[in-house]
Amino acid sequence: MTYAAAIVFLPLVGAVAAGLFGRWLGDKAAPVLTCVLLVAAAILAWIVFFQIVADGRAVTVYLFTWIDSGAFEVDWALYFDQVTAVMLIVVTTVSAVVHVYSLGYMAHDPHRPRFFAYLSLFTFAMLMLVTADNFLQMFFGWEGVGLCSYLLIGFWYKRPSANAAAIKAFLVNRVGDFGFALGIMGVFLVFNTVSFESVFAAVPDRAGGSVRFLSWDVDVITLLCVLLFVGAMGKSAQVPLHTWLPDAMEGPTPVSALIHAATMVTAGVFMVVRLSPMFEYSPDALAMVAVVGATTAIFAATVGIAQNDIKRVIAYSTCSQLGYMFFACGVGAYPVALFHLFTHAFFKALLFLGSGAVIHAMGDEQDMRRMGGLWRKLPITYAYMWIGSLALAGIPIFAGYWSKDLIIESAFVSGASAGRYAFWIGVGAAFLTALYSWRLIIMTFHGRPRMAKDRFDRAHEAPGTMWIPLLVLAAGAIVGGLPFLGGQMVHHGGREFFGHSIFIMGDNAIELAHEHTPLWVKAMILAVALSGVAAAYLGYMRLTHIPGMLAGRFRPVYRFLLNKWYFDELFDWMFVRPAKRLGYGFWKSGDEDVIDGLGPDGVAAATLDVARRVKALQSGYVYHYAFAMLIGLVAVVSWLLFRFWG
Amino acid sequence: MSDWPLLSLAVFLPLIGALFVLLIRGDEETTARNAKYVALWTSIIVLAVSVALWALFDPSTSEFQFVEQADWIPAYGIRYALGIDGISLFLIVLSAFLTPVCILCSWEAVTVRVKEYMVAFLAMEALMIGVFCALDFVLFYLFFEAMLIPMFLIIGVWGGPRRIYSAFKFFLYTLVGSVLLLVAMLTMYLEAGTTSIPELMNAGFDEDMQRWLWLAMFASFAVKVPMWPVHTWLPDAHVEAPTAGSVILAGVLLKMGGYGFVRFSLPMLPEASEFFTPLIFTLSLVAIVYTSLVALMQEDMKKLIAYSSVAHMGFVTIGIFSMNQQGIEGGIYQMLSHGVVSAALFLCVGVVYDRIHSREIARYGGLVHRMPRYAFIFMVFVLASVGLPGTSGFVGEFLVLVGAFQANTWVALLATSGIVLGAAYMLWLYRRVVFGELVHEDLKTILDCNRRELLYFVPLIAAVLVMGFWPDPFLEVMHVSVENLVDRTAGASVLAQAAE
Repeated sequence: MTYAAAIVFLPLVGAVAAGLFGRWLGDKAAPVLTCVLLVAAAILAWIVFFQIVADGRAVTVYLFTWIDSGAFEVDWALYFDQVTAVMLIVVTTVSAVVHVYSLGYMAHDPHRPRFFAYLSLFTFAMLMLVTADNFLQMFFGWEGVGLCSYLLIGFWYKRPSANAAAIKAFLVNRVGDFGFALGIMGVFLVFNTVSFESVFAAVPDRAGGSVRFLSWDVDVITLLCVLLFVGAMGKSAQVPLHTWLPDAMEGPTPVSALIHAATMVTAGVFMVVRLSPMFEYSPDALAMVAVVGATTAIFAATVGIAQNDIKRVIAYSTCSQLGYMFFACGVGAYPVALFHLFTHAFFKALLFLGSGAVIHAMGDEQDMRRMGGLWRKLPITYAYMWIGSLALAGIPIFAGYWSKDLIIESAFVSGASAGRYAFWIGVGAAFLTALYSWRLIIMTFHGRPRMAKDRFDRAHEAPGTMWIPLLVLAAGAIVGGLPFLGGQMVHHGGREFFGHSIFIMGDNAIELAHEHTPLWVKAMILAVALSGVAAAYLGYMRLTHIPGMLAGRFRPVYRFLLNKWYFDELFDWMFVRPAKRLGYGFWKSGDEDVIDGLGPDGVAAATLDVARRVKALQSGYVYHYAFAMLIGLVAVVSWLLFRFWG
Repeated sequence: MSDWPLLSLAVFLPLIGALFVLLIRGDEETTARNAKYVALWTSIIVLAVSVALWALFDPSTSEFQFVEQADWIPAYGIRYALGIDGISLFLIVLSAFLTPVCILCSWEAVTVRVKEYMVAFLAMEALMIGVFCALDFVLFYLFFEAMLIPMFLIIGVWGGPRRIYSAFKFFLYTLVGSVLLLVAMLTMYLEAGTTSIPELMNAGFDEDMQRWLWLAMFASFAVKVPMWPVHTWLPDAHVEAPTAGSVILAGVLLKMGGYGFVRFSLPMLPEASEFFTPLIFTLSLVAIVYTSLVALMQEDMKKLIAYSSVAHMGFVTIGIFSMNQQGIEGGIYQMLSHGVVSAALFLCVGVVYDRIHSREIARYGGLVHRMPRYAFIFMVFVLASVGLPGTSGFVGEFLVLVGAFQANTWVALLATSGIVLGAAYMLWLYRRVVFGELVHEDLKTILDCNRRELLYFVPLIAAVLVMGFWPDPFLEVMHVSVENLVDRTAGASVLAQAAE
């Protein structure tokens, strides 16, 4: 099965070709080449997927040694098991669609080869991440996607806001990576290896033991899991490391789709799933995962209902849905988390690319307050947005229903207090999800047009290169959750499907959810989603004065939500400004006044003073050298005298 | 070929080249041209010799190799002794690699006293290689100190407007250290009766004596590294030095300190090294956090990179004093990587300085519009400096941190924060210089990198990537030497504990 390695390297070939030889290939050929390679990779990924599912066996393709220092041995190797296989199809399929879509979307950009090179490089980094067979290679992919997101968010480098967002994305991710890196060092300290296989084999022996970290003795596995999870929080935009994700909207829309659906934010969820053999031995770490996930789910949903930028609404919904995936992991329902990741990738990419079509049609307008009534003009996009929203809100038969419903049920049956918390929050967030999804649809497509008339008249459906590839995503958003496709992953708790690639200790929450969820829970989840749709219908189509009235009545709350809970301001006040002030202070007072003042400048002043007195020598430096040598010699001799003859 | 005196060849070839340059006569233009070519070809031959050393090196032993010995001052048992092990080999290769780069990047930038300039660089190369292969303390000291003179001249003669102040500051700092190193050397000679480095490693000084010797050496090496708070000479020296001077300063001179710790402090004074480890850790951590913050606020490109060097060298000292395999190998690797990356970053500054004659960050912006090749090259080195996996910077930094984590988790935690700060100041620098709108008038006609510039950037990029993806050929050579060093220090501390 060595050919599976081609899935990883085809995008790299495309990236290098378009990036370094783009000028030579031409503006037309370079993008097309990357698309062809990506589609080929996607087809291969599906073949590999079915083969691995059929065989139920993991395959490792060894490449060569990376780092070897004492016991610290790391190889470049590609590892394919069921979890990887699921990620492979998600990443390559969404990426292939985004590539083809971009042919149309970026048709007028002068830097197309560069854009496609970044897209392909991004995909490559993500594929390296999901096929890693050790922590360090995962870290390589991890930082690689961070780099590519930086490049793509800042793609329009003339815009100051794009540059700022790009740096922010990289830095916030680095904060997460700080935890991840420490986690890897800790893993090496504890297990003396960083290969997944050896670490997982050794975890049961070390479970329950303690290790000294900083100045405290802490539980080994919990420490490692928490450190690693900090990395996942950064990459998957969990509170409080979520601030980069909404700003990442500064990049071209296809990039947003790629980041949100396939190649970046899912990395954190994948990490926790991949490390299930570690997390399962630390109930505390799992509780933390559940609480952070649930908190993000509700936080992002509350912010989502107050935003007016069409892409920002969808961005916060990503944050929120990732929260769902994490709390699924936190209650031990890893297969469901992966299942939701799978369905989410399709409908979220669909929503983003659909909103891209809207933005395209509106001549780069993103504010929903200046849209409205577009459904006649953009019928295909309208249909896509409906499909995506139905799936996102979890309306039956659509993909999101199957996965989200199971997540909430798994939280319900888990019994732990973190699970309870996650359950109620999951229900609440489901209402908000439906509310902001239909708020988006209604504000964009219904009501009377709120833009200039000529703009409305000029609005037109996107070209075929843009809407035809979306058929793939729409199909995924409709049927992705059905038993014969995605449903396999959670059938019988995913045991058959995932085999050894996911480890669950004790009861399987999903199986329990199947058996023990009372009917009222299922009914409630559905009722909540439908009432969210109804609330949006009432608030934004029928009684349109209500949202404004509520915003006015509860002005502080509204402002709090509109300003995203003031996280950006808080971080600016806590980190950015003190860092600058300290930097300036250290430089001016520390280096220049204290160190130089007492050191060289002081000495220089004194020496020059002496020099001035000894006027005979004027040529400065050689003299100083000699002079200092002399002093040195005197010091040496006197010291030696003192010591040996004294 | 293996019985050729390759090391002497590497040391003396540049001097012979320098002699030829001195003999060049004619009108100014021809002299300059001939001087450049002679210097370039000499340095390329030396590079070939250093590569031959690497090829013939036997990585299976920790003994010194290519050893050459001759009586020098027999009355005191001082010998001319050269030899290398897995630790010094790459530092020699690095020196030989950067010298032709320096000559190439000065090709058009230096217009006055070209002959003398080339002589200075060739002399510098001879002395640098000499430092890394000397096996006698007196010989080492000679090279170590003599190297100040060409560097001093390069800054003082071909430097910027405040060159006198900078050269003086540079001199003063390093001189204080040198004097104390001299004291240490003499004391060791009197105690052990030898100046041979391999013999001194087995001398076994008593612990009290070790501490004094250690402090004396520390004074010298810490200035060279430079460690906080004796780092303030570095930004000034860099700012005023010509581009090539900065390249050598950052690329090789800063490595003398780290090399000193590995060659002298650790093996000769193991107990004292262990005793003073907290001091080193503290100063290094301060360096990482403090200078990273200072770097964030710089307005001058060269100063910013100079401060970043202090932070990166902080990783080196932490790694070395972790005293385990990963830490020391990481420290050495970080030295090599920093040698390539910081040198390349100074070259990147040099490219735009040659065109616009300003190092002020605010003078630039939007260069990517006119200079796409330059933008790409600069980006590669920024990422290597940030320590992105797949670049040389990552391997060194991560190994250091892995080593530090085993020694002390507090140190690892605080040092790791440097990766966030490092990304902040480098990306911000890049954004201000390369991205944004092209506003300054004179930048609208600026030219992209030419062939000569690509000629030295391409090998540097290759080095960064090869060292990032495939560090094995480098680490493999170090293994046995570093293992031996770790055993030596660990053995000593075990003995010391047993004695108590």
